Amino acid sequence: MAAFGTRSGSPRNRGGSAGFRFSLYALVSVVIMVLDQRLDWLERVHFALQAVTYPVEVVLNSPVTGWHLLEKEFASRHVLEAENRRLRARLHALEMRSLRVDALAAQNAALIGLKHALPPVAKRWLPADIVNIELGGLRQRILVDRGERNGVFRNQAVLDDYGVVGQTIHVGPWSAEVQLITDPDHDLPVQNERTGFRTIAVGTGDPDALALPYLPANADIRVGDVLVTSGLGGVFPSGYPVGRVTEVDPSAPQPLARVLVAPFAHLTTDREVMLLWFRQGNPASPLKLRGGQLTSGNPAVQPLSVPKPKPPPAACTPAPAAQSSGASQPGSTPVQPKSGRPPAHKGQP
Amino acid sequence: MRASARGAIFKTVLLALILTLLPLPAWLAIVRPEFLVLTVLYWSIQAPWSGGIGLGWFAGLLLDAFQGPVLGEHALAVALVAYLGVHEHQRIRNKPLLQQSLMVFAVLVLYEFVLFAVDGWSGHPLISPLRWVPAATGALIWPAVATVLSRSYRQRA
Repeated sequence: MAAFGTRSGSPRNRGGSAGFRFSLYALVSVVIMVLDQRLDWLERVHFALQAVTYPVEVVLNSPVTGWHLLEKEFASRHVLEAENRRLRARLHALEMRSLRVDALAAQNAALIGLKHALPPVAKRWLPADIVNIELGGLRQRILVDRGERNGVFRNQAVLDDYGVVGQTIHVGPWSAEVQLITDPDHDLPVQNERTGFRTIAVGTGDPDALALPYLPANADIRVGDVLVTSGLGGVFPSGYPVGRVTEVDPSAPQPLARVLVAPFAHLTTDREVMLLWFRQGNPASPLKLRGGQLTSGNPAVQPLSVPKPKPPPAACTPAPAAQSSGASQPGSTPVQPKSGRPPAHKGQP
Repeated sequence: MRASARGAIFKTVLLALILTLLPLPAWLAIVRPEFLVLTVLYWSIQAPWSGGIGLGWFAGLLLDAFQGPVLGEHALAVALVAYLGVHEHQRIRNKPLLQQSLMVFAVLVLYEFVLFAVDGWSGHPLISPLRWVPAATGALIWPAVATVLSRSYRQRA
């Protein structure tokens, strides 16, 4: 095994002893960690790192991407027709559901004492492709192909067609890292649609489950209850569907096992997600956390890119386009008071 | 000789980084050994004067750039692995591969523990027992990795 033989100079004599050099490197590491963790000074470094690592991720993922492209290319006519039928049916269902939205929004506005219906809380949508799903084993992160150039900001809400997906945690020039709601680090303020009760949904590390560990023992929660975002926490507007309660076991020894929620979002099969910009003044918009910067992004970038991204949704995905164009008409939205009953159109069965 | 060792180190570290980042199905990703750590450990033992702690630190920083919740976390952990390799290289180097595997297992458990501790301290705790699996698979695959890496050098030498 001693392929290198032994050199005259012992390794310990170069640049101090091994122990000394290790201490030096360890000290530098700790300083970096503290700067990164406690002071948020390294956000620009993360920005640069995203710029550097994004091309590498794209290249490493090219076999998978290529496979998906091939699959799409050679999908049989039969499969495509079936998908077309399914999407058409879904479009019809959504159209039927949204017929009453205008009326309901007006009614709702009258009920909460506003003179006229507000513009929708969602200002615009931007679809983003998932570049990499596997960012570090057990942690639930994905990398998407939109970044600061598209006006993406840190702690931006990310959704898919079915529910809440997560939020951006690091933004690079062309890419952003999204932390999924099922990441063990992620806490999501939610509200029980049936009772209005608010709590926090914590990720479990399992892509099919969220946990509600902070419920009092006598909380009114049942299997089948639908959870929506509560609008607290400064990231997600209120009223977006999160998941359905699948398991209630108040006697479980571990708090994380007592109440389990299956997320609506298709976290494991999604290839595309939606980035959301919302209107600040809307009652359904999230309450501010600290300062305005967090929830609004870089104002220098955003106004420029607002008109631009409108066409892409229409071009690449008909369904979200219908959604966004519908949502851009004034008064056609899920304007929602912070508590109380959800509008009927959103009722999950 | 030294320059060629440097070349071999650079190439194998790059290859190990690619193996570490390659997208895999979920269950495979969980059992995936820490190829980069094994490679750094191998060179720390075999060529303590060429690679060593600096190599470990930079390799760890590369890992931090791609994964890891806090910058500097992997840099610290891999530098520790390299330090142990450099410090104990004479004791580890001449043991049979199976015995080396046991020592590697101990080093990898320590590596995972440093990550675990930093995760917890920095407020990104990850308590799933699955996070310890790569230490075991890393020790199991060590004989193969060591054989391949020694060939990578000898071919050049």
